[in-house]
Amino acid sequence: MSDLLTFHFDVDGDDFTSAGQASVQIKKNLRQLGIAPDTIRRVSIAMYEGEINMVIHAGGGEADVTVSETYIEIVLKDQGPGIANIEQAMQEGFSTAPDAIRSLGFGAGMGLPNMKRYTDYMNIESEVGVGTTITMRVNI
Amino acid sequence: MTVNELSRMEDFSPVVLADADRDIDGVYIGDLLSWVMGKATSGDAWITIMSNINILAVASLTDSACVVLAEGVTLEEDIKNAAKSKGINVISSQLSAYDIALRLSQAI
Repeated sequence: MSDLLTFHFDVDGDDFTSAGQASVQIKKNLRQLGIAPDTIRRVSIAMYEGEINMVIHAGGGEADVTVSETYIEIVLKDQGPGIANIEQAMQEGFSTAPDAIRSLGFGAGMGLPNMKRYTDYMNIESEVGVGTTITMRVNI
Repeated sequence: MTVNELSRMEDFSPVVLADADRDIDGVYIGDLLSWVMGKATSGDAWITIMSNINILAVASLTDSACVVLAEGVTLEEDIKNAAKSKGINVISSQLSAYDIALRLSQAI
């Protein structure tokens, strides 16, 4: 079995203005690894959307990225309120973000749909009152 | 057309030129950041009226050639500094997004 590269990030839930640091860092790391630009774009956008979601809805969380020879996997884990209706949350335009977040340009109901659009595999595990874990993979 | 050339055009002014030789080969207009992230493509001039720090991450992740702030929107100093350190070009204009897009359409 070949070695897997892993990166871990704590996503700060208190600081909305710094949200995106983990995904911008991942973009740099993947570029250094010589990953194709389109793959980097897909991974970093999907991860940024996830980061923003954790900051808006869950008070932060953790992000783990694994790079293998055939795929890049992103696991986003939070102890937030959970998603009551995943099917509804996946619909473009559906959002529960507060007005203050919308005024910053988020909360368009495009986060989860973008994450699905940009990845080859996406799984959401969520329990109301416990938290949400999202696993995404982009094939290399 | 390069970002530098756009910044010198009438009605446009440079805010941050961090990678000014980049070519502009398209335009995207939008203020909903998730929407922009899903639709803007590499090399676009991204026209927006948003000016919070998150636009830098969006510009970086979409690999936009530059952000064009419409309607005379300005950036705070700390955001300008962050743009510089992240290598993000920002240009401003008093024109509306529509008029900026018209100018770009003729120029690129």
